[in-house]
Amino acid sequence: MLQLKKIHKTFYPNTPDERRALNDVSNSLAPGDFVTIIGSNGAGKSTLLNILAGTLPPDDGEVWIDGKNVTSFPEEKRAKLIGRVFQNPLIGTAPNMTIEENMMISLGRTRRRSLLRRLTKKVRDEFQTELETLEIGLENRLTTKVGLLSGGERQALSLLMATFTEPKILLLDEHTAALDPSKEALVIELTKHLVEKQKLTTVMVTHQMEQAIQLGNRLWMMDEGKVIFEADEETKENLTVNDLLNEFEKVRGKKLASDRHLLV
Amino acid sequence: MVSSLYGALESGLIYAIMALGVYLSFRILNFPDLTVDGSFVTGGAVASVMIVGGHHPIMATILGAFAGVIAGCLTGLIHTKGKINPLLAGILMMIALYSINLRIMGQPNIPLMGENTLFNQISTWWNEVALDSFLLAPFNWLGISDYAPRSFYVIIAMILIVLLVKKMLDFFLRTEVGMTLRATGDNQAMVKSFSANTDRYVIVGIGLSNGLVALSGALVAQYNGFADINIGVGMIVIGLASVIIGEVIFGKQTIVRLTLAVILGAIVYRVIYSLALRLNFLDASDMKLITAIIVICALVIPNWLDQSQAKRQFKKSQKLNGAVNKEGDVHLATAKKDS
Repeated sequence: MLQLKKIHKTFYPNTPDERRALNDVSNSLAPGDFVTIIGSNGAGKSTLLNILAGTLPPDDGEVWIDGKNVTSFPEEKRAKLIGRVFQNPLIGTAPNMTIEENMMISLGRTRRRSLLRRLTKKVRDEFQTELETLEIGLENRLTTKVGLLSGGERQALSLLMATFTEPKILLLDEHTAALDPSKEALVIELTKHLVEKQKLTTVMVTHQMEQAIQLGNRLWMMDEGKVIFEADEETKENLTVNDLLNEFEKVRGKKLASDRHLLV
Repeated sequence: MVSSLYGALESGLIYAIMALGVYLSFRILNFPDLTVDGSFVTGGAVASVMIVGGHHPIMATILGAFAGVIAGCLTGLIHTKGKINPLLAGILMMIALYSINLRIMGQPNIPLMGENTLFNQISTWWNEVALDSFLLAPFNWLGISDYAPRSFYVIIAMILIVLLVKKMLDFFLRTEVGMTLRATGDNQAMVKSFSANTDRYVIVGIGLSNGLVALSGALVAQYNGFADINIGVGMIVIGLASVIIGEVIFGKQTIVRLTLAVILGAIVYRVIYSLALRLNFLDASDMKLITAIIVICALVIPNWLDQSQAKRQFKKSQKLNGAVNKEGDVHLATAKKDS
């Protein structure tokens, strides 16, 4: 479903600030795989996600989605295949538009947008049914402006909007990092539910090891632009936070101490 | 006095189309587009040249509007593909249009006296159906015929045209494409992540906006009976003033309400304009200054009101707290000192 072939990315090349964000990353996901990516700051997690989404072009290497080489696709063209939830809850939705209008825009992801008024009673009913699955009462607030919702509600809506049109790949970029703990639990629960329901191939970046272990069937640990540790379905089942910390120490020959508080 | 108010209503209705264009760029796309000062003249210039050349005035008006669409699309292109900041892109286009407009017109002023303009045409039709006597009847009946306008044809025709433009805009903004256009002004990153080419939406949106502005320019030239190279100066500020006055007085809850508010705002602006001109110490040339002051006040005063209201509410809640904690503590003491 998703293939990364020898991806390289360097920021500020040939300057004193030069940073190798990704160094020869190759990997692949089968349909329905859910991989969580962990790593300290600057490990290249977000760069990898941005290259998948097409926000950044790779210096070298190819991205294949669903059997197609999408490396040269601009972001908006690639978005036909990708659903995405951002870290900042404000980025995933348009604040001055209503819930139903926002959902209408997400509905246009996979097809050509028309010059007709497509927001009919039937479509509204569908939206309502979808919103009910969130179980936070948004189904009764279709005409509320999204700017009036809380961060957690907005992120839940973003998640629904990114998933309900069944993207080939779902990208989650630390999508709970900006939420308070109770909302975080809610959004994680929803993520689990929505991904399982539609068997979406998912890539989730997170700062929290526990979250990374709890969700998904695969796990990649990144450091200095490389995937330094991979867990498949079997290994992941018995994985603990301590295993991950030890693994990091073993591979890198250094302690994760400085980032430990961030990762747990 | 009263007749000048009818004049204000007439030109208010014509300028309302320009205000709707400014609303589209400034509010919907969040793009302060200065092209307006140039494209307004372009509309008038193209229409006038065609009318003088003997073309049908409806044709001339439509092509004038279309010239504005092209100018707007160019501004959109400069901004999106050239990655030039919106204000600068608009200024560059405005300056370029000054030369282009002079080329189109061939001279700085084209008189349309005695030409077959849209309003002459409507006037002919109007006199054939003889509706004026019908509409004037209530004035005569109430004995205030002195206060009646000479003819209703401009007002009625413009109400119909403006309502048609409003209806089309309302419809468009609620279509799928229109919604995406609005979202582009609201949150570009989100629109991109849902597979829409935001560059294309900005270009089309600014094009449409300037199309409306040029349509208004074409109508103003025919209404005034001349096209002038300088008539667009400060048009963007007049448009902003109309939008802001409309929003403040008539509210901005829904799209349908907002477009109506913008139209009414344009009319109110023209009424203020004509009243200000009647004051002895003001010249017509002072109006640009007054317009600028209206816009500044309209932008600043709501902020002040919000702040002072927040302060008042804070003081009030402090007082209430003080009254509850009668035992008295530091809070109470400070609250008392304050009051």
